[in-house]
Amino acid sequence: MKTFNYHVPKAVKEASKLASTSSAFLAGGMTTIPSLKLGLATYKDIIDIKSIKKLSGIKVSGKSVTIGATTKHAEVAASKEVQKAIPALAKLAGNIGDAQVRNRGTIGGSISNNDPSACYPSACMALNATIHTNSRKISASKFFTGMFETALKKGELVEAVEFEVPEKADYQKHPNPASRYAIIGVFVAKNKKEVNVAVTGAKSSVYIDKDLSKKLTSSFSSSSIEGIKLDHSEMNSDMHASSEYRANLVSLYAKKAVEAC
Amino acid sequence: MTKITLEVNGKKVSKDVADHTLLSVFLRDNLNLTGTHVGCDTSQCGACVVHVNGKSIKSCSTLAADIDGSKVTTIEGLAKDGKLHPMQEAFKKTHGLQCGFCTPGMVMSAVDLLQTKKNPSEQEIREWLEGNICRCTGYQNIVAAVKEASTKM
Repeated sequence: MKTFNYHVPKAVKEASKLASTSSAFLAGGMTTIPSLKLGLATYKDIIDIKSIKKLSGIKVSGKSVTIGATTKHAEVAASKEVQKAIPALAKLAGNIGDAQVRNRGTIGGSISNNDPSACYPSACMALNATIHTNSRKISASKFFTGMFETALKKGELVEAVEFEVPEKADYQKHPNPASRYAIIGVFVAKNKKEVNVAVTGAKSSVYIDKDLSKKLTSSFSSSSIEGIKLDHSEMNSDMHASSEYRANLVSLYAKKAVEAC
Repeated sequence: MTKITLEVNGKKVSKDVADHTLLSVFLRDNLNLTGTHVGCDTSQCGACVVHVNGKSIKSCSTLAADIDGSKVTTIEGLAKDGKLHPMQEAFKKTHGLQCGFCTPGMVMSAVDLLQTKKNPSEQEIREWLEGNICRCTGYQNIVAAVKEASTKM
């Protein structure tokens, strides 16, 4: 691994000031450190944000669940408050990677990295999340802009993610048996005004499946999406699953999620 | 360089480390605690699992500087006064190891499981050990070992 300078700022302002075109913010490091080791990324400065106290923690109000950027997956999974307000979100967090990854990995890191197979982005999309950064609020639908790409600018840091509490929701994942990343993952949320079906793992970035969402908005039952054939032309095809197979899994897992709601 | 102070297996250590030093490298090369193994080096195999402040983590994907001030327990820190930890005893009793390479990580992960869940089911044990790979494929006896230990811990 190439050398870098390690910084531990105590405040967001300080962290943001240290950022450059050759820096990375470090939270759990579950992607950043393996990437550095494999030489997939090199940085002059690593800015560890875990000592910034206000970035960690969970706040639940009647209408929303707000999770601080450096809150670990294991903490979200074990939170009684999250389990009560949005059980699907706690379940999603409890199935990311493995136990050791969940003891280190964070929500802010996961969404800032925007891996096309990561679980959290689907929850953000389906639950109309608002991403709070140190300079603005970004709706999830504008935050995830492409494969490993987000709307974040240089020096901009995710501080917290605010999820809307849905009427019902569920997340169903078909994990890669080795890495536990989603070959596909489907987050179904029945919100007050609409049903959102967010899909991860299937395309280059997380997206809302409009067909499934529309059908479920008019009638929230698995029979309304029974046997639906999804367009697979933009779906990923790799050694794990062909695009046709992924398309089939998405409709199947959407149905499973509706039934589990 | 960063000066870090840790408590490793009950002993305080203070050392200067290069900023990019991994915890696994620090334990093995600086403290000579070679029981922590490095298998895949891509954080999938779990041979490098140690406890930091009581929680299991993968030391090959953690910077030593990142855990400054923490308490670390490695496989060398489990046995007390020459007596094996109940989890180590259980692995021995049920033949929960073949080549032994994955064993330190398996044991450290399993100890963390039993700290949070007293009597895990076979399914829960298998799910918890998802991040630990045994290439001898000796999983049956590893699961049996954790089951056995759960009756003793």
